[in-house]
Amino acid sequence: MTATRTATPATDVPVVTGLGVAAPNGLGTDAFWTATRDGVSGLGPITRFAVDSYPVRVAGEIAGFTASEHIPSRLIPSTDRSTQFALVCSGWALADAGLDPTSLPEFAGSVVTANALGGVEFIQRELHSLWGRGPKYVTAYMSYAWFYGVNTGQISIRHQLKGAGGVVVTGQAGGVDAIAQARRKLRAGQRFVVTGGADAPVCPYGITAELATNTLSTRADPDTAYLPFDRSAAGHVPGEGATMMILESLSVARERGADTIYGAIAGYGATFDPHPASGKPSTLSRAAATALADAGLTEGDIDVVFADGAATVDGDRAETAAITELFGPRGVPVTVPKTMTGRMYGAGAATDVAAALLAIRDDVIPPTVGSADLPDDHPLDLVTEARPARLAHALILARGSGGFNAAVVVSAAPALP
Amino acid sequence: MRTSFDLDDLRTLLRSCAGEPESIDLASDIADLTFEELGYDSIALLETAARVEQDLGVTVEDNVVAEDITTPRDFVAYVSTRLGQRPVGTRVS
Amino acid sequence: MGIGKMSHARRVVITGIGVVAPRGIGAKQFWTTLTSGQSATRTITAFDAAGFRSRIAAECDFDPADHGLTTDQANQFSRSIQFAYVAAREALEQSELDVTDELAPRVGVALGSAVGSVRELDQQYRRLSEDGTLWDLHPELASAHLADYNCPSSLVREIAWLARAQGPAAMVSAGCTSGLDAVGYGYDLIREGSVDVVIAGATDAPITPITVACFDAIKATSANNDDPEHASRPFDAHRDGFVLGEGAAILVLESAEHAHARGAHVIAEVAGFAARCNAHHMTALRPDGREMAAAIAESMDRAGVTADRIDYINAHGSGTKQNDRHETAAYKRTLGEHAYRTPVSSIKSVIGHSLGAIGSIELAACALTIDNGVIPPTANLRTADPDCDLDYVPGEAREQSVDVALSVGSGFGGFQSAAVLAKEGALG
Repeated sequence: MTATRTATPATDVPVVTGLGVAAPNGLGTDAFWTATRDGVSGLGPITRFAVDSYPVRVAGEIAGFTASEHIPSRLIPSTDRSTQFALVCSGWALADAGLDPTSLPEFAGSVVTANALGGVEFIQRELHSLWGRGPKYVTAYMSYAWFYGVNTGQISIRHQLKGAGGVVVTGQAGGVDAIAQARRKLRAGQRFVVTGGADAPVCPYGITAELATNTLSTRADPDTAYLPFDRSAAGHVPGEGATMMILESLSVARERGADTIYGAIAGYGATFDPHPASGKPSTLSRAAATALADAGLTEGDIDVVFADGAATVDGDRAETAAITELFGPRGVPVTVPKTMTGRMYGAGAATDVAAALLAIRDDVIPPTVGSADLPDDHPLDLVTEARPARLAHALILARGSGGFNAAVVVSAAPALP
Repeated sequence: MRTSFDLDDLRTLLRSCAGEPESIDLASDIADLTFEELGYDSIALLETAARVEQDLGVTVEDNVVAEDITTPRDFVAYVSTRLGQRPVGTRVS
Repeated sequence: MGIGKMSHARRVVITGIGVVAPRGIGAKQFWTTLTSGQSATRTITAFDAAGFRSRIAAECDFDPADHGLTTDQANQFSRSIQFAYVAAREALEQSELDVTDELAPRVGVALGSAVGSVRELDQQYRRLSEDGTLWDLHPELASAHLADYNCPSSLVREIAWLARAQGPAAMVSAGCTSGLDAVGYGYDLIREGSVDVVIAGATDAPITPITVACFDAIKATSANNDDPEHASRPFDAHRDGFVLGEGAAILVLESAEHAHARGAHVIAEVAGFAARCNAHHMTALRPDGREMAAAIAESMDRAGVTADRIDYINAHGSGTKQNDRHETAAYKRTLGEHAYRTPVSSIKSVIGHSLGAIGSIELAACALTIDNGVIPPTANLRTADPDCDLDYVPGEAREQSVDVALSVGSGFGGFQSAAVLAKEGALG
């Protein structure tokens, strides 16, 4: 098979045929989407550790997640919470897609995951043992439970996925960059790819580390802690979870009779920002423009933008500048459903892609919860209540700290002939 | 001071270090099943051996884990005899 | 599955190399050390390793001040980013690449690292936790750079800023194949046309208690503490594990047309890359090497080479009992009889195993092998192992023209990767 790379034939467009979501406002894709569509937030006071000496009070935690209910007990001592999320969601996504990898050729499927922080609670436990008790108390599992590639490894083992995959680490942009890498692998010959992201930062070491970014909200009220684009935006709330999805080419999905085709990954673009001292602006708009061009679309084709939603002065300003540069003031509906989950690091952008696909499926834009008072320098049509709309194409923006910009266009499933 | 180590002690350790097997009940008669049959890999055994050293002071040598201990019965025998041989331990029952 | 070379795909070449390795800071010193056949492994000096099972490592004698890093940079950058920065600077200088405003959007970054800034995470934790007694920590005592240490993509930022790269940038973090995979990622970016240049490579600085302790726990590292210089002995019958190392290598990758248009000196071509997972176990390997073999076969396919064209194999050769047997089997699977006629060497015998960094360091070694016509030896190989019966170039560097080199990596998580480098023009 020789692949040529001029325009992608329509039947080769990558489509999403399965989803698995674990989010603070919903464990399971349906629970997540129902809550998201209805504006039900999963933000709340941090319960996973004592925050008395911390300036932050709020996080997006997944309540009631008992790993042993979802994955074999044998995997639990050797996996961080983020890996447990990744395993659960990839299992759900494969089931949703109706795919049994063991019935397919051994290299047919592969895994590309994004992760931002590694198994941070796991390494904290092991560092605690090391320094509190001694080297002999560090578990053998530490050799593989914390490193950033663990989720791709564990998913590939659990589901026998031996093909060409990988691991992408670009902070909060990772979910989109992983999907793009999965698309590259599809084009290079993989029959299907399990892709997405996972992270679980809500532990003392994870939150302590994130405090150093000076971008965490210190508000104690979950309803007002994370308000992107709002006049009183004061940082973001961290969240945990995972979103995994199955990517196949449209022709393969049809040929095997896939039950559900959520939509297509139509276009992608990524850039890195210039050094702040250069005085040059962020290149986020170029990432978005590249994604549009890659999709063969123009700004007028986009029905909704799922924004990154940094909720910092600089971040919101840069994002508004990019959106208005492309679409004009109030030129396109904009929404930030991660106001209901917190920023989920490696999982965040993938969760936005899932939300966009479900929004397209149901023709409804999920709301941004909390932000209500946008100053004049954020001339955005921010969707603050669920809005029914005909949706054919969505643009998702994702930014990782340091300067990563990623953009992806997802489109309604191509109509069957 | 711990002076004995039996199959129940091993069950407790395995559960803690390496979880429960998927299709076999750990509480059943597992003494002569291989660790492989039970689904415990080399890492699980290394981890269990490390806990034995931490909790009981009995060192399970590297090559013993790899070569000589294939069943729970082997493991219990190895640890319990060495517990009995510890200078401050009492007689093995 | 025959994939074949994309008929009009762009070719990818290397125009700059930078290395920070044990006894090898700078590509020139690195090459001297590799070809000497003398191991750079020694008793750990980075910390007091008395309470550990493996007390040896291949360390870089690296003082940031000696390499042009400012005090601010030395204080802010983790050790792994210091390595990457110095290596990137060397590579960029050699490439003579001028990143103008016009070119910047067409310059990407692909940086590998298995464990990011684990050393700094380790050090910080002692203080924040009062030596492992306070779980909820003292957040107010945290370094201002702790977020960077905990979020390894911050390493990419420094390289992107150094290179003025504004194209797609990513960290590729697949354990011990990160260094190969990052170059593969850059290779893919150039071939698809997204960029013309990628600053690609990898870095790791894992010689710190938490990492030494975790490898102790699975007995993966050599415990030959009384004879550090001979402890790293890949393919030897008495090998007892890998010796932890540290370092970085950065390659400037360019599309061939871009390199030629600006008259750049081409060191070698990246002719093929492929990856697989063994889906077997997070650390153990099955002896048959079938997934590594599949990665090798695809990388050769993409390069358009058959077994008889491979002049040299730079092995993963970590020196564990299982790995060296596993990859020997993989070579026989893919190369058949040619496996017996192809020189194979493991430079981990000299510079240890720097986890995610080593894949890029080994690609740098392959490029230098092609450029110099000398094959670096496998050090410390004294007693043959019946399961490892190939020509591992024991002891002494070998003068031999190498047009096509295969580089292989294997890592925890089941990652198996392979890349083919070639002298420019050797593959038509």
